[in-house]
Order: sequence, then structure tokens, then C-alpha cells
Amino acid sequence: MREMISMIVVLTVLTSVSGFLLSTVQSVTKEPIEIAILNIVQAPAIKEIFPEAENDPIAERFPIETENGPIKIFPAKLADGNTAIAFETKGKGGYGGDVGFMVGINLENDQIIATRVTTHSETPGFGARAKDDPEFVSQFAEKSMSDNLGLKSSGGSIDAMSGATVTSMAITLAVKEAQRLYKQLKPEILKQIK
Amino acid sequence: MAQSLAKEFTKGLWAEIPPFRLVLGLCPVLAVTTKVENGLGMGIATTFVLVFSNLLVSLLRNIIPSKVRIACYIVIIATFVTIVELGMQALVYPLFLKLGIFIPLIVVNCIVLGRAEAFASKNGPVLAVADGLGIGIGFTLSLAALAAVRELLGAGTITIWNGVTIFEMGVNFQPFAFMVQAPGAFVALGLMLAGMNLIGKK
Repeated sequence: MREMISMIVVLTVLTSVSGFLLSTVQSVTKEPIEIAILNIVQAPAIKEIFPEAENDPIAERFPIETENGPIKIFPAKLADGNTAIAFETKGKGGYGGDVGFMVGINLENDQIIATRVTTHSETPGFGARAKDDPEFVSQFAEKSMSDNLGLKSSGGSIDAMSGATVTSMAITLAVKEAQRLYKQLKPEILKQIK
Repeated sequence: MAQSLAKEFTKGLWAEIPPFRLVLGLCPVLAVTTKVENGLGMGIATTFVLVFSNLLVSLLRNIIPSKVRIACYIVIIATFVTIVELGMQALVYPLFLKLGIFIPLIVVNCIVLGRAEAFASKNGPVLAVADGLGIGIGFTLSLAALAAVRELLGAGTITIWNGVTIFEMGVNFQPFAFMVQAPGAFVALGLMLAGMNLIGKK
């Protein structure tokens, strides 16, 4: 009996202390991690999507609430005077996990300007080409946000990368998620930008 | 005391160097040693976890009931691994991206649990820390050495930290790409093991 109680007490105390410690560490590192992700993952993608932005989309970012928590919107002033935004979505079911995908959209005509892969753990030489070689993602440029941007095998207009169908599929899922969010959030985004 | 302290520390560097002598923790050894920087980062993260888990297991060795000791060790180890994971994300995010899943997998690295069970639970905190530090540094050096062989032959470079290359083969060098792929890890590890056994035989 005594042994039983000591087992329960030791494990309970140990896990509680551990939980407390981890929640402290988590709250301390939360902000530095967000800044690190912004600088190392999101900023380079934004610079490639809006190479000629006349403002600083990274400094002017603002959060917007969605049903799955807030997402960051990066607004950009284009050279022709139009406004565009970019935001990141996750494509579920890549070969090595979720694929992060940044989509830049022209707010005037709802066309995609450019897209980039942000985070991924796909196989080098196969799925990883989505990030290293912009050929695949350039297919999304100038497509409308209301088009069917699935793979050709599922009735869409996008050619899959050969040897990396799973990665291609995950990216089209990320784009579909972006289309859904864009439709839902556009009024709110326009309000925030004005 | 000082003598046994030095002995516990140095045994991890040669006599019980983890991947070569104990042949433990091979999963990260094979997986992350494609670049020296990855090997070093993985080794340092593991050393941190080893030192602190050894310290805590040793301090609590008389309190932890033996029937639930493994559960307790895993809680302690997992706590430090999570701290390392969050710390790496905050401080060295590019390295975290490269090591990815292998950082959380330190929890099930048999070196860490092995030292807790075989050493820290039977010795005082000072010796346990010396043991953890020795084994950790030995592990780091082994990863770096294996990674250096693989990176040099497979990519023609030696990258020590976030793109800082200290050595580069000439332009005529043809990369032996097999070495940076998974089978190359087995071959390189096997050859190094054979070499160490040859030296240790005398």
C-alpha cells in the first residue's frame, strides 16, 4: 500500500512540475519563435512573390481571425497602383508532412500573382523540387482565385511534378484552402487595408 | 574522487564512445550526418538533454520507486527534450528545420535512457553530470567525424555552422553522391567501426 501511494505521489509531482516548467518555457519562447519563422521562412517567400512592392509587406502585416486561429496577412502596394495581399496556408498530406504555401493575390482582379513553398519536409530531388525549382509553382501565376486549381487528374488545370504527385497534391490542397479563406475573408481584409 | 570524475568523463570520449563502442543511438547517427553542422547541432542538443536528465535522475534516485522508474525517467527526458526543441526554434531556427523530427526523437534515443538507467540511477549527481557530459561530447564528436567523412566525399565540402564552409574541394571534384544518401551512412559507419576496432585491438 505504501509503495503504491509513493508511486502515485512521485509520478504526479514529477509530471506536474514538468508541465509547469514546459508551460513557462513555452510562453517565454513563443515570441522569439514567431519572429524566427517570420524572418527565416515567410520573409524570403514574400520578397520573391512581391519583388517590386512599394511598401514593406512584412512590417505592415496584420492578423485576421479565422476559425482555426489567426493568420498573418501581408499587404503589398504593386507598381501599377493596385493592392495585393499574401498569406500562408498548410497543404495537408505531403510525402513528409504538411507543406506550407504562400499565395500572393491581386485584390483588384482576384488573380494570383505568384506562389512559393515556405516549409516542407519532402524528399530532396523529388518533392523538394517544389521549393527549389519554381517551375511547378509558377503554374499558379495569373490564375483566378475562383478557378479549379486542382491537378489535371482531378479535373483542374495544374500539371503535377513527375515523380512527386503526393507533394503536388498537397500543394493544390493548400491552394484550395487559400481560395476558401480568401473568399471568406476578403471583405474583412479590404476593411483592414483602408 | 577527482580521479574517478576524470575517468567517468573520459570514458565517453574513447572507451565507451556511444555509436562506435556502445553501438547505441544509431538512428540519428545514420540520419542527420549528411552535413557536419547537422551532426554538431544534433550532438549538442543530445548533450544538453543527457547532462540534465542524468543530473535529475541522479538527484531523485532515492525517491523514485523502482517499479515506475522508467516512466519517471521518460518524463524527465521528455521535459528536457521539449525545452531543447523550443529553445532551438527560438534561437537557431534554420538548424531546427534541418534536424526536424530527430530533435523530438531524442526522447527515445537509447543513449539517454541507457545512461539514466545504467549510470545516473546508481551514482551521485556530480559523477552523473561528468558521465553525461563525457558521453554527450563523445556522441557529438562521433557525429561530426562521421558527417565530415560523408560530407567530404558526398558533397566535397565541410560545413560547420549555418553555411560556414571551412573546406571545399577543387572544381574538378566529382561528388560521390552515394555517401550523402542513406546507404552511404551504413558503409561509412561500418568502415569507421572497423577502423576503431583495429586501433583498439592493441
